[in-house]
Amino acid sequence: MAHAAAADHHATNTGVSNFKLGFWTFLASECLFFGTLISTYMVYKGTALVGPYPAEIFDVIHTTISTTILLFSSLAMVLALHYLQHARKNLAILWLGVVIAMGAGFLVMEFQSYQKYIGYGLTLTSSTFGSSYYVLTGTHKIHVFFGMLWMGILAWRIHRGKIAAPQAEQVEVAGLYWHFVDIIWIVIFTLVYLIP
Amino acid sequence: MSSVATEQSPVHGTSHGEETGLWSWITTVDHKRIAIMYFATATIFFFVGGIEAMIIRLQLMNPEQNLISPEFYNQLFTMHGTTMIFLVAMPMAVAFFNYVVPLQIGARDVAFPRLNALSYWIFLFGGIYLNASWFVGAAPHASWVGYATLTSSQFSPGLNTDFWFISLSILGIASIAGGVNFITTIVNMRAPGMKMMRMPLFTWMTFVTSFLLITAIPVIAVALIFLGFDRLFGTVFFNPTMGGDPVLWQHLFWIFGHPEVYILILPAFGVISDVIPTFSKKPLFGYPIVVYAGILIGFIGWGVWSHHMFTVGLGPIADSFFVAATMIIAIPTGVKIFNWLATMWGGSIRFTTAMLFSVGLVAVFTVGGLSGIMHASAPVNLQQHDSYFVVAHFHYVIVGGAMMGLWAGLYYWFPKVSGRFLSEKLGQWHFWTTMVGFNLTFFPMHFSGLFGMPRRIYTYSADLNVAIYNQLATVGALIFAVSAVIMVVNIVKSWRSGEKAGANPWDAPHLEWSIPSPPHHYNFPELPNVQSREPLWNAGEREQILAVTMGEAKEEPHMPNPSYWPILLAASITLAWALVMTGVWWIIALGIIPVFFCTLMWGLEPAFPEGH
Repeated sequence: MAHAAAADHHATNTGVSNFKLGFWTFLASECLFFGTLISTYMVYKGTALVGPYPAEIFDVIHTTISTTILLFSSLAMVLALHYLQHARKNLAILWLGVVIAMGAGFLVMEFQSYQKYIGYGLTLTSSTFGSSYYVLTGTHKIHVFFGMLWMGILAWRIHRGKIAAPQAEQVEVAGLYWHFVDIIWIVIFTLVYLIP
Repeated sequence: MSSVATEQSPVHGTSHGEETGLWSWITTVDHKRIAIMYFATATIFFFVGGIEAMIIRLQLMNPEQNLISPEFYNQLFTMHGTTMIFLVAMPMAVAFFNYVVPLQIGARDVAFPRLNALSYWIFLFGGIYLNASWFVGAAPHASWVGYATLTSSQFSPGLNTDFWFISLSILGIASIAGGVNFITTIVNMRAPGMKMMRMPLFTWMTFVTSFLLITAIPVIAVALIFLGFDRLFGTVFFNPTMGGDPVLWQHLFWIFGHPEVYILILPAFGVISDVIPTFSKKPLFGYPIVVYAGILIGFIGWGVWSHHMFTVGLGPIADSFFVAATMIIAIPTGVKIFNWLATMWGGSIRFTTAMLFSVGLVAVFTVGGLSGIMHASAPVNLQQHDSYFVVAHFHYVIVGGAMMGLWAGLYYWFPKVSGRFLSEKLGQWHFWTTMVGFNLTFFPMHFSGLFGMPRRIYTYSADLNVAIYNQLATVGALIFAVSAVIMVVNIVKSWRSGEKAGANPWDAPHLEWSIPSPPHHYNFPELPNVQSREPLWNAGEREQILAVTMGEAKEEPHMPNPSYWPILLAASITLAWALVMTGVWWIIALGIIPVFFCTLMWGLEPAFPEGH
């Protein structure tokens, strides 16, 4: 019976667990959230009444490096899940650690950029460019930071043996979140930094 | 036909395993209890919003009155609109989602029971927080649409607008969580054989509404974040002197705001699509068409927002597009109206109160729909914009549509919830006072609006010659207020001593009527096997289903644990958002800590009993 009960509430109409399906749904909602932030940035492009203007301050090389770090953190995420699913606990923890470190590297580089831009006179209040740029990228950074916390908790729980191969879906869903945050950054990188 | 089910029905609501008492309600994750709390809370807010409306009507009864100050008037209409939409119409629909959807699809609960409880507590605390503004004398005063630059710190320097944007942000979390929950529930948790195209229409419309919630709410969330940053940290999103564009607010608000209109109306459409077939004793006419029309409304609802903004001057191309889209969306809505009429046609109709409210909706909503088509035309709209004609229009669709549908649902599902009927006699009084009061209040506003009476102004000149329409409206509002009191009296009386109802008192076709009234806390002892759209109307299928649904569970089904983390997390979220008011970044950052803590504890707590 115990087994039947467990099967009873894991069997879903789609075969996808509620947790994963619900999380996909939440990510759909997040798309609209970031979509609105990005649209606002695009609408306000070129409306800043005072400088500095994007072309004057963006350092595409610097941002390309931070972007690359964030993108490759997705690979680390995939490896962490892979090793957890194959019951290689320590390797899973190691790769989650790499995810966190790469996320931290991204954040550090991005805050270096912030400091530089603020030095040039671009602040939250200086122009429509400043307001829409900082709120958009700041919201993304908060997402990255939250993801790092999540990975940290997962790594701790794997270490304590609370999450093992049968519970790998917890890491898989956290991975969905992490990949989503990466993909959003690709969109931001393209629209904000690459398009003149 | 239903006598078999009626006689068998046990009327004991608290079967084994269910606890009572205040703590059990605070920690409950049972969708049925959460539904009852949603309904009760929304009804209380309905009276709060109603009192605000009554003061407005008294002030407007005669021209050039000074019962209340212009500032207080601004607060009243702002709070009336915000309350009625976010604290009444939406949560009351969610009450029905909660109670009915799991029962209709044959599930034991929603997909995320704790998240469901969280939604309720956030709604409650967000509503209390919004209304707390009255007690510090700073109720929001820039209308429910909060147009920039009225809401800027320059033109609204006090706490008023802070209360508004913060409470709406809080309430948005509840809506997104609810949307995620119901989409997952409906996609994943249907009983065997309950295919999508066999689902009752109420479940279908909940499904469409949930998609609108998860897509529309993030847009206003971002707009509110911009507004908050503008007010507290000096960003320039809506500051025209710095290149900001106040029209951006209007776009973002209405990109949310128009889907919101369908968030309000689609649940009501769902209710009456279940009620009308039941009381006509005929399957819904053109079931797939009604489903597709609902989906189509959900889609097109995303492409009409600028019809709220024709007076902005977006140019002829944009205006033409939105005129066309707005007129097109009338088509699926009209299709539904004809489906309901065709369902009734030739049926053996029983005019119960639920049926009266449903038919009332069809009639009254159509009036609102017609005036909607009138100001879908941009040139006509320029004449009517911001006049009482518009006030008449949207009350016809929201009160005459959404609320009437929900009241139909109240009379229809109350026997399932309580095991007792609402009094039909009081119900008739409720319906007719509603019809008379509602129409007397809002029909004259078409005239006062066309004669030039503007909205949101605390008084009007006697020279406008609209006093008579306003007096009629005030008398109508008094009658309407009486109808609301009758409803509450009916609920309270019937809950205690109403006539007992069996499992399927209306001889209705759907799964929620296959289980005892009130249901066991686990809903279904065993999951039924569904073979058609009207399972209880097909003799063989009915016997087969009742055989498994009317008994007691042999073994206690696997139900989720109660939890106090939803209420604690909701409280900490409300606190964190309230601290945003200080505008001091480190206080705001500190406020996040309890949110993280509660989220973490929630994540570590097992949702289901362990040991298997």
